Amino acid sequence: MKILVPIKRVVDYNVRVRVKSDGSGVETEGVKMSINPFDEIALEEALRIRERGEAEEVIVASIGGTDVQQQLRTGLAMGADRAIHVETETAPQPLTVARILLKLIERESPGIVFLGKQAIDDDCNQTAQMLAALWDRPQATFASRVELADGKATVAREVDAGLETIEIELPAVMSSDLRLNEPRFVKLPDIMKAKRKPLDVIAIADLGVEQGAGFEMLAFEPPPKRGGGKVVGSVAELVDELKNRGLL
Amino acid sequence: MSAVNSLDFFDIDSLLDDEERMIRDSVGRFVDDRALPLIAECFDQGRFPAELIPEIAELGLLGSSLEGYGCAGLNAVSYGLICQELERGDSGLRSFVSVQSSLCMYPIHAFGSEAQRERWLPAMARGEVIGCFGLTEPHGGSDPANMKTHARRDGDDWILNGAKMWITNGTIADIAIVWARTDDGIQGFIVEKDFPGYEARDVHHKMSLRASITSELYFDNVRVPEANRLPGVSGLKGPLSCLSQARFGICWGPLGAAVACLKEVLDYTADRVLFKRPLSANQAVQVRLADMARRLASGQLLALQLGRLKDSGRIKPAQISMAKWNNVRLALDIARDCRDLLGGSGITLEYVAIRHMLNLESVITYEGTETIHQLVVGRELTGHNAF
Repeated sequence: MKILVPIKRVVDYNVRVRVKSDGSGVETEGVKMSINPFDEIALEEALRIRERGEAEEVIVASIGGTDVQQQLRTGLAMGADRAIHVETETAPQPLTVARILLKLIERESPGIVFLGKQAIDDDCNQTAQMLAALWDRPQATFASRVELADGKATVAREVDAGLETIEIELPAVMSSDLRLNEPRFVKLPDIMKAKRKPLDVIAIADLGVEQGAGFEMLAFEPPPKRGGGKVVGSVAELVDELKNRGLL
Repeated sequence: MSAVNSLDFFDIDSLLDDEERMIRDSVGRFVDDRALPLIAECFDQGRFPAELIPEIAELGLLGSSLEGYGCAGLNAVSYGLICQELERGDSGLRSFVSVQSSLCMYPIHAFGSEAQRERWLPAMARGEVIGCFGLTEPHGGSDPANMKTHARRDGDDWILNGAKMWITNGTIADIAIVWARTDDGIQGFIVEKDFPGYEARDVHHKMSLRASITSELYFDNVRVPEANRLPGVSGLKGPLSCLSQARFGICWGPLGAAVACLKEVLDYTADRVLFKRPLSANQAVQVRLADMARRLASGQLLALQLGRLKDSGRIKPAQISMAKWNNVRLALDIARDCRDLLGGSGITLEYVAIRHMLNLESVITYEGTETIHQLVVGRELTGHNAF
């Protein structure tokens, strides 16, 4: 079985994000970029599944400009067997991403497509669900634990009320939640080995995917600055304040 | 407007290749996740975090620039970046890796017999055998040619007598690379910890490198087999070539300490409001911040060029000396100024500045004091040896 892990290049989670001065987007120039953390968790899970002997191959894929090859190389250094770069200069939205991934599914026939539940840049949380619908296969989103047996997956999902455990038939789409695992540190010798692993580049035009903008970005602005606090004199005053603001 | 990165003012990042960047980021993440949460406590307790050794080894940080024997075979710039990231955590962590890699594994790799390499290097890369390096003696470190420790032949063995001082990793080391005077000049010996007559004792009451082990080594008629002598070198060039390797890493390490201090103080002066404005809105503060960023940026450029020279095989010891002098000095000055800008907070271990500042007092002293490196540069400029 193959596992396909799509990964997205995003601003590193440790970076304080800045909006461009013209409001056209978020500043990415000269900013540290990384694999989206949820995608990294998905990749870690795929690698563990392969290391348990329940999959033969882990393929990482990313969509974007040449820069995404840095994140693909990191994925290879973590342990993925090969990488696919779908080259495009425009940043595709979730539906287009799902359509592109469907084309990769047709080429690779994976048993699992394991995504992050959302990307920490736009927080869409849509691609996994859309992909399952397009592919017409089961989905297990927000995975917190994954067990495979007999062509089926038992997945504990993080839902509002706690954990929900479901069983789905493979092939299927899964998306990782934060507590699924703790990704490994990349070992330095593996970084050198990753240089020699295959990385295929496919032009987006060669996939014949219909690219449509589902929505248009109008403006970006930073969140409002936090206002000053107020010091109250007593507990009674605190309770009054909270009541006045409708918080109690 | 695209902002300049305060901690990488001249975009050194863009001069690294993908592998170098990945190596830096991987080590950086290890430092953030594993070392930073416990290092201030270790410093406070005067304890080396030995529990990190297995993970440091598994990451491939021990002997990372050596070829073969389970080592990663990275380039010099990558080794520099490793040192930089480790020292962003603490100089003690970087010292541990410097000593194991540059002062112990390097001489075995460069001057050891094939049997010695195969016996020690893979286990040292796995962190199962820890090394220490004995060159400096109690009567003074800057004049190694005047060493007192000596070894004399006795049949197939050597009898070693003397003492070594300020030895990182001494009491946790399984082997010591010991340099001693012999009838055939200075020679290197691999002394194993259970050899009778060999003893290591910790140096206590340190105010610097508290998260690192510093020891004294004693040799009282220690019998060392000929098979444990490093056959490939004799004379001071043996230990000095090890020091060149380690000093190269020390040209990078303190940049990490400086980054940690400056980052913290940039945040602190932006958030702290006095006289109704952030500290960072004052001219006096900005001049100091700008000066720190200037020094850091110049040191980063110097370190990278030093690395490229080393990777192209053109590096000269005087260049390492100038870079060690420059970069440790700038880091120490930045750490001290950050300590001051933090006000009262700066005297606690809640903030990183005082820990780095105290550590760097060792770093500016060991591996050639600042003065020694100035005199190496002076000799290069004038042709006169003024030691």
